[in-house]
Amino acid sequence: MTSLLAVEGISKRFTVSRGMGGGTATVHAVDDVSFSIAAGETLGLVGESGCGKSTVGKMIVRLLEPDEGRILLDGADVTHASYRAMRPLRRKVQMIFQDPNGSLDPRQRAGDIVEEPLIVHGLGNAAERRRRVADLFARVGLRPDQMGNVPSKFSGGQRQRLAIARALALQPSLIVADEPVSALDVSIQAQVVNLMSDIQKEFGLAYLFVAHDLGVVQHISDRVAVMYLGRIVEIGDTAVVYHRPSHPYTRTLMEAVPRPDPARRHSRVRVPRGEVPSPLNPPPGCTFHPRCPIATDICRRERPLLRRVASGAQAACHHAE
Amino acid sequence: MKPLLSIEGLTVELSTRDRTFEAVSDLTFGVSRNEVLALVGESGSGKSMTAMAIMRLLPEPVAEIVSGRIMFDGIDLASAGEATLRGIRGNRIGLIFQEPMTSLNPSIRVGPQVAEVLRLHKGLDADAARRRVEELFEQVRIPDPRRRYDDYPHQMSGGMRQRVVIALALACDPDVLIADEPTTALDVTTQAQILETFRDLQASVGAATILITHDLAVVAETADRVAVMYAGRIVEETTTERLFAAPRHPYTHGLLGSIPHVAEAGEAGVRERLPEIEGTVPALWALPPGCAFAPRCPRAGERCATERPPLADIEPGHRAACWYPVEAAA
Repeated sequence: MTSLLAVEGISKRFTVSRGMGGGTATVHAVDDVSFSIAAGETLGLVGESGCGKSTVGKMIVRLLEPDEGRILLDGADVTHASYRAMRPLRRKVQMIFQDPNGSLDPRQRAGDIVEEPLIVHGLGNAAERRRRVADLFARVGLRPDQMGNVPSKFSGGQRQRLAIARALALQPSLIVADEPVSALDVSIQAQVVNLMSDIQKEFGLAYLFVAHDLGVVQHISDRVAVMYLGRIVEIGDTAVVYHRPSHPYTRTLMEAVPRPDPARRHSRVRVPRGEVPSPLNPPPGCTFHPRCPIATDICRRERPLLRRVASGAQAACHHAE
Repeated sequence: MKPLLSIEGLTVELSTRDRTFEAVSDLTFGVSRNEVLALVGESGSGKSMTAMAIMRLLPEPVAEIVSGRIMFDGIDLASAGEATLRGIRGNRIGLIFQEPMTSLNPSIRVGPQVAEVLRLHKGLDADAARRRVEELFEQVRIPDPRRRYDDYPHQMSGGMRQRVVIALALACDPDVLIADEPTTALDVTTQAQILETFRDLQASVGAATILITHDLAVVAETADRVAVMYAGRIVEETTTERLFAAPRHPYTHGLLGSIPHVAEAGEAGVRERLPEIEGTVPALWALPPGCAFAPRCPRAGERCATERPPLADIEPGHRAACWYPVEAAA
């Protein structure tokens, strides 16, 4: 079966200034990342800030071009497709951002925001487009009388609904959602998460759900990929990665999440040690080895590759069974 | 036990160009020595405004205390003069903000910044202050404290900077500690480290602590008691155990139900639809006359629309402001 999206060994390097006569340095923001997403599936992409998860999302929607590797959509290589060639492909892949304020034109009316992609892609006549916009408003839980309002008249949750309506306008098969609920109030997050689940079922959408909130990701994802310093360290079915993590970093991450259960407070096995090293100067071998409780010599020398482990997931660890 | 800090009927008004409204309304609570009280709420609930009011750091005249008392060791901070406040802030009341750079001067090395506070409030000489700072850095688990003493804030990671801020807050052995979203800006593994340090140090210093956060999981891990705020008022207050086991206010109940926490193996509920709280948080200048939560509340009756429920004991040690509280679990 062809995957809807196949990402093969993509890398992205950024050149940064070291400041004050230090010259420049290269950061491997994303280093040889591969995964695939099937139609209708949700892959959660988690990791701490600077791990490269957002950069991966941006490469898939082509806001950034990978330095290496390939991105295949429905089997077609779109890695370096020209802007023109990208056009039909853009219909298939849409993006939702963390901060809808940054992605919605503050002077544009809400109805026009949702209609714009239809105009750009030459879909339907004016009457058809208006009907489609009305349908989309209803589908995401906005009122028809809100079409004339500018985004600032909307609450944070409603703005995210508006961004979702715009993303749905072209009937995409994949939506890359970068921290779609993390800027929302807690009581609003569940509404948006449920809306995303509902439209997924209804339209057979696939999601790449990029987030740092492990609870939300567990709830919405079929599979999860864990990133650390630009690399995927573990990828597999959500229940497996969460409950039987094979990579020591995944274990550390899962154990570090605070749980809303006061009884559990004193049962924490261990607090993670050390800090994420600078991506400017990552450790050799396995980049997690300086913090890893089970690291040995080989971990300091050789980079572990992702491989199938006993749990059924894939993990990049020399010592995973 | 008599609270070390008690807030009595505190009301804070905000004035914008268009309107004046209450951001904090008739707030009453206390916090005792050795106790961590969490103030939880969403944006606009008034939790941070409460912290700013206690420290008298409100951006006056945009935000002003219009009534109420803030009693600390026989002094009413709400009416105290600036000279009195200067002797208390950062000395007897320590502060930790979400963003460490709110507290740190970017152009001064971290060690001397903390030493300065000790020289100012405790009259230590340069050598004694430096020794004390190195001790403090050790306590907040900054590795290699002697070397880090001369770092500038920008040379440290976010987690290390927050450790410096904790050292700064604890430098003068404060009686009261106010921490406003101390781990919100941090990644989850760093958060776990900082929360552990915070808990250990809070326990050893014994300060009466107010922890302000939107994160109920952080509350569960840290607080002894919780006050839940909604639209400027406390709607429920009890011990942490009680709140999580048997929330009585429909808002607390809905909030706890709607958060997709990381489930333990075998736990049910994953991938089902999340229970939602309908609607949105109301604007503080357009609150309904009765209970502010009524328009979103699945249990609301007629009375809720017209009459505001008082915050009252519904069982010993458990206050809730609701006419129709959720039944206590068996």
